[in-house]
Amino acid sequence: MSDLNVGRTTAKEYHRSHEPIVWSLFGAGGMVVAFLMPAVVIFIGFFLSLGLVDNDAVSFERVIGFASSWWGKCYLAILIIPTLYHVAHRIFHGLHDMHVKGPGSLLAILFYGGSTLLSIFVLYLLWGIG
Amino acid sequence: MNSEHDIPNSSTMRVEVQRYRPELDARPWWQAFDVPYTNDTSVLEALQYIKDELDSSLSFRWSCRMAICGSCGFMINGVPKLGCKSFLRDYGALKIAALDNFPIERDLVADISGFVEKLETVKPYLMREDPSDLDTSVPISRAFNQTPQQLSLYKQFSQCINCGICYAACPQFGRDPEFLGPAALTLAYRYNQDSRDQGKKDRMPLLNAEEGVWGCTFVGYCSEVCPKSVDPAAAINQGKAASAIDYALNLVQLGGDK
Ligand code: SF4
Ligand code: FES
Repeated sequence: MSDLNVGRTTAKEYHRSHEPIVWSLFGAGGMVVAFLMPAVVIFIGFFLSLGLVDNDAVSFERVIGFASSWWGKCYLAILIIPTLYHVAHRIFHGLHDMHVKGPGSLLAILFYGGSTLLSIFVLYLLWGIG
Repeated sequence: MNSEHDIPNSSTMRVEVQRYRPELDARPWWQAFDVPYTNDTSVLEALQYIKDELDSSLSFRWSCRMAICGSCGFMINGVPKLGCKSFLRDYGALKIAALDNFPIERDLVADISGFVEKLETVKPYLMREDPSDLDTSVPISRAFNQTPQQLSLYKQFSQCINCGICYAACPQFGRDPEFLGPAALTLAYRYNQDSRDQGKKDRMPLLNAEEGVWGCTFVGYCSEVCPKSVDPAAAINQGKAASAIDYALNLVQLGGDK
């Protein structure tokens, strides 16, 4: 620490990190979780379960109709995909902070690869509806 | 200065101080003292009392006694703080050690040379594309005016006194001493935000690195302990946004460096 320069004949080189990619997805997910998710939680968790809205509002036909429309598909994709990256990023860095690390980049591949695979799966499902 | 030490019937406090004399000690050890104090005795004054009256071999750094020189940072009951800004009245007993995450030079003196070097690395000074703008050999011929709005973009981040307390608090710096750390990244961001500065392109490669803003996982303890309310975590997070934009621009070849 004190001898960062001892034995260092040239200045330290700094390389661009590729973290902005996952950080941007993490940020987008944060926006979704902050702005859209509360409405979902309040609707499903409170309004529906307390019987404040008619159960027919979420009948199979209505939900499938919603998920079949192009804007319904967009909404669900925006709701789910950035959130997956947000959660993966937070857990990944949380594990780092708790000194949990896998061999090499195993954990990074697991979390970011996992959310990528799940995202593709979500798109595939949405594509197949309707 | 000594008069308050002589106040009769003042209470005393048990103060344990971490000692480390490289030529004598294999490892740091604790030495206990009983220090008289009054309502306005600071931790720094307690250390001065110990040095003046009890054990003159104790080493520690200080200068201003008013939270502006940044030299009296210690671990006080495990929390990094300025000795001159902490008071015995707020504690039941004291354990004072050198700042965490730095090598110990002697007793309470942390070796912060690596930290100072990092501050230099980020080029913390105004840079201009036309060097004659900064030529001090000729009388200043024009002013670089700044609006209050432009000032407000960096003012808070310019209050840093380089005490290193945020480095003692930062778990990422503790694990990787190459991490540029809270104060240096804040300083880089502070100059990038200054409307009079044109050196951003020289500092972005540092911010963009893993050792730059991306080494931070937003623990936020640096901002909690900073004695000058600089909020380095906020500067680093704003730096992340700037670095992400730089990354995107570079990707589409519109700017940024390699
Ligand atoms: S940011 Fe705060 S804690 Fe860190 S060196 Fe500056 S004044 Fe000290
Ligand atoms: S002695 Fe200067 S900051 Fe404490």
